[in-house]
Amino acid sequence: MGPGVRRAALILLPWLAIVALWYGVHHSGLISPALVPAPHAVAARFAELATGRLPLDILMSTRRVVTGVALGIALAVPAGFVLGWYRQVRTFVDPLVNFFRALPPIALIPLVIVYFGVDELAKTVILFYAAFFAGVIVMYEGISQISPIYLRVARTLGASDSEIFLKVVVPMTVPHMLTALRVALGVAWATLVASELIAAQRGLGALIQDAASFFQLDIIYVGIISIGFIALAMDLALRRLSRRLLAWQERMA
Amino acid sequence: MTTGRVRIAFEGVSVAFGPPDRRLRVVDDVSYAIHDGEFVSVIGPSGCGKTTMLNMVAGFMQPTAGRVLLDGKPVTGPGPDRGVIFQEYGVFPWLTVRQNIEFGLKLRANRRPAAERAEIARRYMRLMGLEDFADAWPRTLSGGMRQRLALARAYAVRPQFLLMDEPFGALDAQTRSAMQNLLLEVLRTEGKTVMLITHSVEEALYLSSRIVVMTARPTRIREIVEVPFGYPRAEALHEQPEFGRLRSHLRDLVMQEYAAQARQRFAVTD
Repeated sequence: MGPGVRRAALILLPWLAIVALWYGVHHSGLISPALVPAPHAVAARFAELATGRLPLDILMSTRRVVTGVALGIALAVPAGFVLGWYRQVRTFVDPLVNFFRALPPIALIPLVIVYFGVDELAKTVILFYAAFFAGVIVMYEGISQISPIYLRVARTLGASDSEIFLKVVVPMTVPHMLTALRVALGVAWATLVASELIAAQRGLGALIQDAASFFQLDIIYVGIISIGFIALAMDLALRRLSRRLLAWQERMA
Repeated sequence: MTTGRVRIAFEGVSVAFGPPDRRLRVVDDVSYAIHDGEFVSVIGPSGCGKTTMLNMVAGFMQPTAGRVLLDGKPVTGPGPDRGVIFQEYGVFPWLTVRQNIEFGLKLRANRRPAAERAEIARRYMRLMGLEDFADAWPRTLSGGMRQRLALARAYAVRPQFLLMDEPFGALDAQTRSAMQNLLLEVLRTEGKTVMLITHSVEEALYLSSRIVVMTARPTRIREIVEVPFGYPRAEALHEQPEFGRLRSHLRDLVMQEYAAQARQRFAVTD
């Protein structure tokens, strides 16, 4: 058995175990089989939806997540710089950030609907909120941990303030930016589905909600599994990017 | 011993930290001059304020009273004329060995064309024995190699002064002694005015032309010791009777100051 085969087997094994467990529960009689659709039934439904509404739902959800996270992180990075850099600013902004971060974005959905309606704007606003507060914390804690020795060294070599920022602070914060992005993506997916459950015609959350109204459990499973795999794919892509950008780091993500 | 002009001067320098009611006096009225081409080591009990003296020359901090002069002008901030070497190396982890050495040469303050940069980097990689590691990340280097890289990077911008704060303190004994010899060798080919902070009497004696012994905090100059050995120096110097005599004398002085420091601590906590 070659190392490639072995690796593939190790990766597949837990998934096969889950499917096996799923079949086990389905046939065990502990729960009515009507409440736990069989894996092959869900797979069949998946294939059917794949030629139907599923691609558009996936596209809509992914687009919302990407837009919200892109906007949130685009603002979280500069905000994180300011907060991490100027300790004085942090002393009075810190409680504010923690207050807003502690509010689950889902709890704000009703208010967002009141102020921004039920269209794309509302979802973008809620995802922006979720991504921003998840990202800003990671950013500013990362920046405030930069060892001052690098700044001192740069200064003794003749670096100006702007050179220190561009050539020392920015490269040192790339790892934190990537972490912020990963954290924000996770939070954004959780928030997205909740907001789509409440108000959306399209998207994976809407798919699940529609199926729930008709008690189509297999479709609910299709929706849930799709969300999981998309989030997993995004995380893998980010990790690959990290590995390329952070080849210098001692510990790899 | 030295007749060169004064390069670094402390004039009645005092440093204190904290609010007036809980003032911590660190340096107390120190006056001292370092001449061109001298290698001056500053020794004293740890925590006495040696690093504070170096930080003022480096431009990281200002004296509370008195002046620190560099070629007759007060120090206002850090600059590429003074290369600083720290115990923690400060090698940039996100740059390769070559990029670390070229870092200073890409700054506006001392920018050089690419070809010249490459030439300078090659030269110092060779001098420091790093030429096989040009494209390596610092995390793959040993402590001694990281400190050699820090030295190469400092030298690349052609500073006139070398300020070193316990540069070899984190290295094992063998590496430390190899680094001392390398430093002496490099200094021989490109002379600099050097200020070294160390708590190793042995290291101070082996490297410097003059040693300043500081007292416990608030630190003053306890004694200035002329080191009577010429350059170049070799390991055999450690075995000379005069070396041994000076070593015990310096150790006595430092131990007395440690004792004074301990008495102070006791008095405060009592």
